[in-house]
Amino acid sequence: MKEDSLEIGGVKINCRLFVGTGKFPSHQMMQEVLLAAEAGVTTVALRRVDSGAKADNILDYIPSGCKVMINTSGARTADEAVRIARLARAAGAGNWIKIEVIADNRYLLPDNLETLKATETLVKEGFVVFPYMSPDLSVARRLAECGAAAVMPLGAPIGSNRGLKTKELVAIMIREIKAPIIVDAGLGKPSDACVCMEMGCAAVLVNTAIAVSRNPVDYARAFSQAVQAGRLAYLSGLAESVDEARASSPLTGFLHNED
Amino acid sequence: MSYYDYSCRYKNGEGSNAAAFGNDDVERALAGEDPSPLDFWALLSPAAEDYLERMAKKAQEITLRHFGRTIQLYAPIYVSDYCDNQCLYCSFSARNRGPRKKLSLDEVEREASFMVEAGLRQILLLTGESKKESPLYYLRDCVRILRRYFSSIAIEVYPLAVEDYKSLIADGVDGLTVYQETYDEEIYKSVHPAGPKRNFRFRLETPERGAKAGMRQVNIGALLGLADWRREVFYLGMHARYLQDRFPDVEIGASVPRLRPHAGAFQSMYAVTDRNIVQIILALRLFMPRLSIALSTRENSRFRDCLIPLGITRMSAGSATSVGGYTSPLSNDKALSQFEIADHRSIPEVMDVIRRKGYEPVLNDWIFGI
Repeated sequence: MKEDSLEIGGVKINCRLFVGTGKFPSHQMMQEVLLAAEAGVTTVALRRVDSGAKADNILDYIPSGCKVMINTSGARTADEAVRIARLARAAGAGNWIKIEVIADNRYLLPDNLETLKATETLVKEGFVVFPYMSPDLSVARRLAECGAAAVMPLGAPIGSNRGLKTKELVAIMIREIKAPIIVDAGLGKPSDACVCMEMGCAAVLVNTAIAVSRNPVDYARAFSQAVQAGRLAYLSGLAESVDEARASSPLTGFLHNED
Repeated sequence: MSYYDYSCRYKNGEGSNAAAFGNDDVERALAGEDPSPLDFWALLSPAAEDYLERMAKKAQEITLRHFGRTIQLYAPIYVSDYCDNQCLYCSFSARNRGPRKKLSLDEVEREASFMVEAGLRQILLLTGESKKESPLYYLRDCVRILRRYFSSIAIEVYPLAVEDYKSLIADGVDGLTVYQETYDEEIYKSVHPAGPKRNFRFRLETPERGAKAGMRQVNIGALLGLADWRREVFYLGMHARYLQDRFPDVEIGASVPRLRPHAGAFQSMYAVTDRNIVQIILALRLFMPRLSIALSTRENSRFRDCLIPLGITRMSAGSATSVGGYTSPLSNDKALSQFEIADHRSIPEVMDVIRRKGYEPVLNDWIFGI
């Protein structure tokens, strides 16, 4: 397979599996998972980074080849997300930001309008911005127009492990949006990730399914392989699927006899 | 409509008799994805006691999905035990004669510094209810000191008005804890014979005032042992659901402390066994998948450790429950403890146990000033 890296903000990312760092039983386990999956990018919630901690700073456990993207988990408004992003950059955590604005604790669905506002502000301030959103074509267009590095629609609610429930909408976004589409949230099985990649997603982001699996390291590996398989299939051009068997003797075959 | 009016609809409803539920009701409650209030009642009923293992498996799975393998750690800091109330079950009752203490701001700073050294970054500020000794401006002064040390500050003080909460939030408070103690208005009046706390309705509506003011987290609770626990927990769960529905951007939490021995020797009339506590935590988890559930050092270490994988999400650790209890050894002997601590382990010891259970102890989960 020829080189097929994803280039975002001047950075080449070789592995299209992004892994979130929440919910793991230990920082060590999270590190093993990132290594096993060879994750290209990892998201870290700034709320979990204790810069004052003498030991056990989560950022110290991120492998060197893995790009850190700080997420704004806990933000309920665009203003809060913007403040978290600025703090992250000031703390030396880089300028890659996943915007996560959630004002609904029951379903944990993102607030697209606030997400758009935060994206506009942060792009202007020089951040590389990855907005997490409910799949909506017009919002995705505006996110891309204002300079989002990628658009990250959810596959299903965070932590639900339900898979790509938003498939039709994501497919439209892939067709219509020039920015990379990265499915984030809800993917429970490696096959879910594979489907996303076959459809033409640029990458997928997985956290809960891996973190709470009985064997997170192997499960992460399985996801990694599924992402590669899906990507390869996409690049090769998927075989067309048909609903019915094709008759070897077509019903209108007799018409050819006229030629 | 506040929760006071809202909860009236359940007073004599069909679910008011927990003993009326049978196995079919529990099965139905366990089968669904989104239990109704009636299902919640069924999960709290005597019939559900035969289903604890199944409830535990489901509760664990839900908790893992929403919170992962993590347990938040926090500790209380008591700054004043002056109190105008006469709660029959509490050591701080005005009826208990004896020395009282209020920390100077220097002493608050010493306590804060000690707790940060111990590794804590999330704190719960507590006082008795005395507008003379611990008025709003004293609380605000304390918060302005604590914010230099902690990333998250919650308060468990007397009920305040929305504007007062707003001023505390501006100073750096992000969480409010207020326990109703009992949801039974008659029993409430009998165990709170005097003092401002006697106002049942004002206290019941406190969590929603805090949420309105903009608190990020609001924690409610019932002090189990004052009334029939099944009814208490039903009203507690409904209160949590009410708050979540009206304030979707607020993280709602609940606690179910049991009465423990204290100065004044009030005896609980309603026993709550370990088995009951397990059923309560499981039922709350199934009813409210994203509810944060806290467990204090009132419970002993063995029991606390067993509850880690069952649905709790927050634990206090290394706690002192008297004013200045961390740094003033003298006050430890003389001062009142609000309740007896049953788990005396240090923070590192508790962290170690959490890790051995396959969970990560989380000391820091917010960014001050956001």
